[in-house]
Amino acid sequence: MKKKKIKRVKGQGSRVKKTRKKIAVEEIKIRALPQHTARRLKVRDNINTDYVISGRYKFSIQDPKELSRHIFEDIDPEFAARITKGDILVAGENFGCGSSREQAPQALKWAGLYAVAARSFARIFYRNAFNIGLMLIECDTSFIDDGDSLELDLDNGKLKNVSKGLAFDIKPIGSVMKKLLEDGGVIEHFKKYGGFKF
Amino acid sequence: MGQTIAEKILSNHCGRDVRAGDIAVCDVDFCFGQDGTSSIIIDSFRKLGVKQAFDKEKFRMVIDHSAPSPSIGVSEIHKKMRIFAKDFELGLYDIGCGVCHQIIPQHGHVTCGDLVLGADSHTCTYGALNVFSTGVGSTDIAITLASGKNWFRVPETMRIVAKGKLPAGVYSKDIILSIIKDLGANGATYKSVEFYGNAITDLSVDARLTISNMAVEMGAKVGLMEADNKVLKWLAGREREKTPNPIQADIDARYAAIKEYDISNLSPQVAKPHAVDNVSSVDELKDVRIGQAYLGTCTNGRLEDLEIAVKILKRNKVHPDVKLIVAPASREIFLEASKKGLIDVFVEAGAVVVGPGCGPCVGTHNGVLADGEVAISTANRNFKGRMGNPNSFIYLASPATVAASAIKGRIADPREYRKRLI
Repeated sequence: MKKKKIKRVKGQGSRVKKTRKKIAVEEIKIRALPQHTARRLKVRDNINTDYVISGRYKFSIQDPKELSRHIFEDIDPEFAARITKGDILVAGENFGCGSSREQAPQALKWAGLYAVAARSFARIFYRNAFNIGLMLIECDTSFIDDGDSLELDLDNGKLKNVSKGLAFDIKPIGSVMKKLLEDGGVIEHFKKYGGFKF
Repeated sequence: MGQTIAEKILSNHCGRDVRAGDIAVCDVDFCFGQDGTSSIIIDSFRKLGVKQAFDKEKFRMVIDHSAPSPSIGVSEIHKKMRIFAKDFELGLYDIGCGVCHQIIPQHGHVTCGDLVLGADSHTCTYGALNVFSTGVGSTDIAITLASGKNWFRVPETMRIVAKGKLPAGVYSKDIILSIIKDLGANGATYKSVEFYGNAITDLSVDARLTISNMAVEMGAKVGLMEADNKVLKWLAGREREKTPNPIQADIDARYAAIKEYDISNLSPQVAKPHAVDNVSSVDELKDVRIGQAYLGTCTNGRLEDLEIAVKILKRNKVHPDVKLIVAPASREIFLEASKKGLIDVFVEAGAVVVGPGCGPCVGTHNGVLADGEVAISTANRNFKGRMGNPNSFIYLASPATVAASAIKGRIADPREYRKRLI
């Protein structure tokens, strides 16, 4: 790093004078990763989209905010009320199996969830989530319990369980999903490029 | 290295040779939404701001899941669909037409070798007609409606070979339930499944549709079969004359897994609450009393299914503790069943016959369950709350098992009526 030239002017204190050449200054920022609270249902595996949002609501309610109040109602009526903005939903294998209902990832997003972390995802749900800009994290979630404090380190591909002092490798997402997430969803991607651009 | 059926169909639709794992942007031959998924299709399509559909003939909406509407909320969605259809001059199958997965192939919208997307997870049904058909979300359909295309990750394929002669009283529903029991709810996730073997080819097309319909219940993307003469005959003479392009896998195609089943000694199978892969033989469930029996849906609402049930119900009565609900899968099936006297048998037995559609399958109408109530159904899902009440219990079975159970008032073995079924 080059030293900045300091021109001292009598009576005026010191000023930093810029040199004619641009000086590349490496900014070193120390920042803490945001913390997310893990939210986990008692049911671990094969949580289907009927459980995410029941047909009792999905077929008649169009408002996603209203739908988000009823997530997981049939398997845990108290769960929706416990979610605060920024929480990460944690599940086991085959999350989002069953019905193709896009209301499922939509309701999860509108409930304020930052992301869903699971050991594996069902294919239609996986696709729908990225289409609407809901982040999915595929990693070993066996050692994450409800209420644990999590840190998401995307630069290094890790989900950290701060409460337990453990870190899990996140399975890298494919190029298509990465692009959709960057663009904020498939509609935004499509409007930006006038078609698919992977 | 040869190609699987999925690799060939996707290659044909993107103009280059693609293999499992590749990403391909493909032309889509047909896409659709139903009344549970069209609301978001409409919102997303309008957000895209395109002036018209890529091809009006290659899209339909179907009102089937809650038809006729049971509530204001649902009626508003149906109204929204009708307005959208008018605004963009698009086809809509309204109440009474039937279940999307019956009427779409029935009206000739798809044929062998086609690539089809539907905003419904059971779109895999037409795999039995040699169609690469798969379920996606509503926004995906809006994208396809606007552009005529979508992106696909070419799936690996699992080859399933089912051999043997089905015993009397045992049907294609029992075959697929036993396969799902073996593989589990995520046994074929992301995969294309190809079904082979004489146990498949001996089946009628109606019976094969049942098998492909449930491929998604083991996580599969598509449930494909070859197009033989039965399939070509089934497709011929439909109101839209699409030219079939039957696709077979190459002899040296690469498979991720190969599974073989011998169904010669298969017993009637039943999926117990609350998971489709929680399957037992009917022998183990004879003490389970039921309050409702449902015959219908995209899985088993076809003419052959109604005929099998009628063989058992004829001159019998539905048990006094049971409500038997019957929903033919389409208007045409309803009419045909009526002409053949099947509807009379249902009504005389004490069943309630409702209009063509999904019936009580998704819990919105036509037979919502009470607290603690037990139902046996020919549908494809039995998740907690599926039929409208999380405090109820749903068993899944073949039309024969459902009919036998409706008479006995408990889960019953249809082989007790073997003489009627031969």
